[in-house]
Amino acid sequence: MEDTIAAISTPLGTGGIAIIRMSGPQALQLADAIFRSRAGRPSEFPSHTIHYGKIVQSGQVLDEVLLAVFRAPHSYTTENVVEIHCHGGVVTAQTILTLCLQHGARLAEPGEFTKRAFLYGRIDLAQAEAVMDLITARTERAQTLAARTLEGILSQRLETICEKLEPLRAEIEANLNFPEDDIPPVDQTKLCQTLDECISILQEILVSAHETRILKEGVSVVIVGRPNVGKSSLLNALVGKERALVTPFPGTTRDFIEETIALQGIPVRLIDTAGYRPPRGRIEAAGIQRTLQLVEQSDFVIHVFDASRPFSELDHKLQKICSKKSVIPVLNKDDLPRKIRSARYFAEITPISVSALTGSGMDTLRTALIKAIQSRFFGFGQTAQEVMVNERQANLLQGAQNHIKEARYHCDGSQKLDIVSDEIRRAIDLISQTTGKSASNFVIDLVFSRFCIGK
Amino acid sequence: MATYPKQFDVIVVGAGHAGIEAALAASRIGCETILLTSNLDTIGFMSCNPAIGGIGKGQLVREIDALGGEMGLAADETGLQFRMLNTNHGPAVWSPRAQCDKKFYHTRMKRILESQPNLSLLQATVEEVIVRGDSVVGVKSQTGMEYIGKAIVITTGTFLKGLIHIGVASIPGGRFGEPPATKLSDCLFKLGFEVGRLKTGTPPRINKNTVSLDSLARQEGDEIPRFFSFRTPKTFHVEQLPCYLTHTTETTKEIVRQNLNKSALFSGRISGIGPRYCPSIEDKIVKFPDKPKHQIFLEPEGRLTDEYYINGLSTSLPEDVQIKLVKSLPGLERAEIVRFAYAIEYDYVNPIHLRATLESKNITGLFLAGQINGTSGYEEAAGQGIIAGINAAMHAMNKPKIILNRSDAYIGVMIDDLITKGVSEPYRIFTASAEYRLQLRQDNADLRLTPIGREVGLVKSTQWTVFLEKKKAIETEITRLQSTYVGNRSLFTILQDPKISYGKFEFARADLPDDVKLEVEIQDKYQGYIQRELESVQRMKLLETKRIPPDLDYEEIKQLRVESRQKLSRFRPDTIGQASRIQGITPAEIAVLLIWLRKHGA
Repeated sequence: MEDTIAAISTPLGTGGIAIIRMSGPQALQLADAIFRSRAGRPSEFPSHTIHYGKIVQSGQVLDEVLLAVFRAPHSYTTENVVEIHCHGGVVTAQTILTLCLQHGARLAEPGEFTKRAFLYGRIDLAQAEAVMDLITARTERAQTLAARTLEGILSQRLETICEKLEPLRAEIEANLNFPEDDIPPVDQTKLCQTLDECISILQEILVSAHETRILKEGVSVVIVGRPNVGKSSLLNALVGKERALVTPFPGTTRDFIEETIALQGIPVRLIDTAGYRPPRGRIEAAGIQRTLQLVEQSDFVIHVFDASRPFSELDHKLQKICSKKSVIPVLNKDDLPRKIRSARYFAEITPISVSALTGSGMDTLRTALIKAIQSRFFGFGQTAQEVMVNERQANLLQGAQNHIKEARYHCDGSQKLDIVSDEIRRAIDLISQTTGKSASNFVIDLVFSRFCIGK
Repeated sequence: MATYPKQFDVIVVGAGHAGIEAALAASRIGCETILLTSNLDTIGFMSCNPAIGGIGKGQLVREIDALGGEMGLAADETGLQFRMLNTNHGPAVWSPRAQCDKKFYHTRMKRILESQPNLSLLQATVEEVIVRGDSVVGVKSQTGMEYIGKAIVITTGTFLKGLIHIGVASIPGGRFGEPPATKLSDCLFKLGFEVGRLKTGTPPRINKNTVSLDSLARQEGDEIPRFFSFRTPKTFHVEQLPCYLTHTTETTKEIVRQNLNKSALFSGRISGIGPRYCPSIEDKIVKFPDKPKHQIFLEPEGRLTDEYYINGLSTSLPEDVQIKLVKSLPGLERAEIVRFAYAIEYDYVNPIHLRATLESKNITGLFLAGQINGTSGYEEAAGQGIIAGINAAMHAMNKPKIILNRSDAYIGVMIDDLITKGVSEPYRIFTASAEYRLQLRQDNADLRLTPIGREVGLVKSTQWTVFLEKKKAIETEITRLQSTYVGNRSLFTILQDPKISYGKFEFARADLPDDVKLEVEIQDKYQGYIQRELESVQRMKLLETKRIPPDLDYEEIKQLRVESRQKLSRFRPDTIGQASRIQGITPAEIAVLLIWLRKHGA
């Protein structure tokens, strides 16, 4: 219980108030860092008090909130607990949550607050189970079918691996422990083959889990386009507030403005760039250079077009530059008469028509962005929360795969079979930690049931 | 009611393999010791297989020897055939094994006991343990004589209410021809120990003159025998004898099938659970009916006897069936049985009531070791015996007791398994039970344990000097390899190539003794793995040092499940590590325990 956990404690959706809850040794200090109020600092507030204030990030106000403090041991978890009551809306709550995570909290696992309450003796097992049932019901409703399927698939895959590994180990141990009995020697070919199969299965699982590491830094989305197509306006519209400098004169965004928003709990870094055109002057040239670099490194590109002006050579050039990336083309300014005819210029992807000014089409854009992110990083349509939990599992499974690879390395005869067996044992151990089932030492049972042992 | 005129530091009850090690350890450490046995003529008797060692067991014998114990020396001196097993596998699973001369083993052990200073030998059958409060005071014999001692070690083997079965006949006995101890297990039961019932069996012995040995395949010993004891000189000469191989036939299967209902083991007439790894021939044929042949070994029992042991034909079928069974084996068509096979059931005490020192949790000064704890095997018994003997001595001298844990020795693995898991079937050591198998090799037993033996006073100067020399030679050579370079690679790194062995290494030092060379080579080639295992050991030790107060009332910890509170109250683990190994205790409950201990300032 060394770390401070945070989570949105109210159901996601449009409610009047959303509550972000934090529990742990750093909760009060974390609150100090993000909460501004005339009443003072959360670490000085008495227990069981609520104060009005604002959540700020880099000097900007995210929301007006009420902040409640519960001091250890008189809280739900018996640790220091801070609750931030903010004004509904998915994005606000998620943004505040992301802010907490950025300041050092860890995303709580499902039921983790209740788990702490139980471990610290605040509630007994029966009460804990009652709470867990409620939570589970809520979670299941919130889960998509795909996500549930994933869990089933994952467990199944891991079971398969264990079912392949355990008999291998039994065979080796039978040979090692009963050399005088009439036991067939270890089939080396089958051993190598089976280990290779397990390595592949784990690799598949790891590839999808691996990409979630990118999430720690956030998915990067670079907004490009010719000058004055409305990139900064679009950024503002996505973020939901006045932030970037918006002037009618082309060439004003010279610095790179980056905003992080939370889309379904996933941190997304939106990066506004200088308008793409033949540069006038060295500074602009450096800016364009930097834009191209950002595009290169980005996860996604939003290519903004001014729909009220004809498609130009520069647009085309920029399209070609971005052609290797995942691009979402956006036709901005659809409140004005349209001059670009989609079909000709956007062969592969249908562009999204928006007006950053009026807000029309913005939800469609958000959805498209979410879908793009999900299909890239969460093959099975998981939510961020699940994926972050699975990162712990990913580490364990990577360890398991390493052990199986090590075992495989030593399958070159009978000399290192004891090491092969030990490596397999370690792999099975780590996999069991992932599935939560304890691996008892039933290799001995398997040995006796399969082989006729005993002089 | 008479009292023996002399009072003792340590009293050992039972002169089997555990009792011998316990008595010798205590007396050699300097305690006034007495060894009480029902029968002086069966001291150190091998009830079953005339062999010492094997996979896992061989490692145990090396460890006992490294601590200064006797079994290794005895096996070497009385060995008929020596084989190092698993040499086609890595050194972590090599195990020495020897066929031994049963009679000679006994005579030698008796002689050693007789000539040991501080040790008295006395023929008497103990029936009662005398306890005052919660401390042991002494023991009482069948005839009413009381013996007073500060520490008592009980090593009664299979004698507690032993009952022998052959077919439908049942005869009380601790071994065939020897009366059982009837009252001692009742006494232990009254003292609060859980007493259960186990069973095992032994095969027939035949007269080798009635066997066509020439028609059978031979199994010879190793050309260069590798001995158990670190103290046995390499030059010790042995005239090795062969074993012979035969097998069961379809006829054998038929005989068994037709007579299954007459098998005491199979028909359920015997209570108690038998060892899975020592199945009767009935078990084998029923469980693996499609196996055409089961291997049978004929093993010599001694140089001065023509009795051979039929390894693989353990049974409790009646005598007339046994005669037919034996004759169904190729080569044994005219074989004559000299001793019939039998099954035996006996009382044992559940070892969960013992600490890792083998001292009883409830009664101070009372130690239990050997088959009484539910183990099977001479080596398993001796391993417990030496620890119990050392700690009984420490107890009598008011010195700190020793505990071997799972990374120190197979003895440690065994004792930890016994006290944290309890016993429901006869326990036998398996290398697969050891998490740190690479540490617990037969070749480095002395490096691990001789310093401990020295510290308690069991390892004497000669053994210690030899050990120090060997240790120094190994360290010197390893340093030399690590600091000598060819090009930009050290000799140490070059030797790690699996294709190069130290024996053929051009930079090797030919003058080093073989055991030093072996050790250097293993430490070189397995360095990475050894290192990694050591890191696991470190992490494990942290949990081991977290002690649980002995008077902790688990009922107060409401977050634990009721069944877990009951288990913990029953086992009363001494450390968090032990608690975590109790069946059914989950990691979450360990977390609860840790938090509780932290909260209550432990």
